[in-house]
Amino acid sequence: MKAGRITGAASLEAFCRGRLHTAGLVSASLAAAAVLGVDPAALDAAADARTPSPALRIAGRKLGRQLMRAARATWPLGELEALAREFPKGAHQPVVLGLAARAAGLEAVDAAYCAAYESVSGPASATVRLLSLDPFDATGVLARVAPEVDRVADRAVEAARRVVDGGVDALPAASAPLLEISAEVHAAWAVRLFAS
Amino acid sequence: MHLEHHHDGPGAVSADARRPDGARRALRIGLGGPVGSGKTATVAALCRALRDELSLAVVTNDIYTREDAEFLLREAVLPPERITAVETGACPHTAIRDDISANLEAVEDLEDEVGPLDLILVESGGDNLTATFSKGLVDAQIFVIDVAGGDDIPRKGGPGVTTADLLVVNKTDLAPYVGSDLERMAADAKAQRAELPVVFQSLRSEAGVADVAGWVRAQLAAWTA
Ligand SMILES: Nc1nc2c(ncn2[C@@H]2O[C@H](COP(=O)(O)OP(=O)(O)OP(=O)(O)O)[C@@H](O)[C@H]2O)c(=O)[nH]1
Ligand SMILES: [Mg+2]
Repeated sequence: MKAGRITGAASLEAFCRGRLHTAGLVSASLAAAAVLGVDPAALDAAADARTPSPALRIAGRKLGRQLMRAARATWPLGELEALAREFPKGAHQPVVLGLAARAAGLEAVDAAYCAAYESVSGPASATVRLLSLDPFDATGVLARVAPEVDRVADRAVEAARRVVDGGVDALPAASAPLLEISAEVHAAWAVRLFAS
Repeated sequence: MHLEHHHDGPGAVSADARRPDGARRALRIGLGGPVGSGKTATVAALCRALRDELSLAVVTNDIYTREDAEFLLREAVLPPERITAVETGACPHTAIRDDISANLEAVEDLEDEVGPLDLILVESGGDNLTATFSKGLVDAQIFVIDVAGGDDIPRKGGPGVTTADLLVVNKTDLAPYVGSDLERMAADAKAQRAELPVVFQSLRSEAGVADVAGWVRAQLAAWTA
């Protein structure tokens, strides 16, 4: 936003679309694979490999640690406890999300939807706060990308099924270099409103 | 619903009184209150008063800077590894009450890294009169107001003033200059808080933080009893 790339609803929509089909698809696939019972440590390593920016890796683990706390308080499940023990400072958020969904008795597609939606709802609410964008315009953006969220969730579940047989290399590795670069630039700012 | 508490599991979920290894965790005391009322100054004075008798650490919360932590570091009230800054990125109350996870991570990491600790002070960034700490984060809370913010604040009440375990009315040295009526503040606070304690202090005076330090010692005695 500070770089002037997002200035209103139209550029927000373009940004959301880009994030959804790259980072969103990867997150959704990781989450879906975790629901299907793929080894979370292998998924966590795959998430690392798909996140070049150290700042984003740290943020992803922080979010995972926070989600883990909420999930364990709500659904005490052996697999969640084991992951918390293995990653005391946090596993990647989509992996925790998938395992939490599994603990809650949800399907792979549910976790994929959560991750895909999160990849667009975060930027939308940040734009409301930082640019004072009309919140109804932001909601309109989310509504317009909804059909694509559907498609990304479906693709993520297909990818996750391939992972069950073929291993984590079957996960998509779509990347958005500008997101990674701007995360590194942002981490170096003295005054930051958001940590992720 | 009754949720199980795992004391040998992979870490406490939030307010569990025991650490994963079974040891009692540090007492956590929160300090909240309006912007500039003297929270950081009170934390600094408490550290100086208590650091020789207790194992202490501090967590500060600022919206988008690390000002408070940097002040404490400059004043060298504690070694740097005992001070952690949480950047809330939004109204401070969201991080001390609504989503306490970043602060819980800070207190847990401090205990892991510099523990065992007796006491952790958690300072909220300056906020409004409704800002209170979650019971999942702290065991007791101090609400710090000052005489210069208007002597009608105790009468206005709000959750901070009425429910905090200790209300501190700070900067009494300034009362003559800003025309604040301390007796009226005391009467209003009494009316709002019934038996809950109130301390009037000036950190510029000889006594300084002594009364608040005494209250903290009593809290700690009750916690370890
Ligand atoms: N005269 C006087 N000044 C005080 C007293 N206590 C604190 N101050 C001053 O009040 C100013 C604000 O104090 P802080 O401790 O930074 O206040 P704070 O509540 O931590 O502020 P925020 O964290 O920004 O909300 C500083 O300049 C302190 O030196 C006091 O008892 N008397
Ligand atoms: Mg302060």
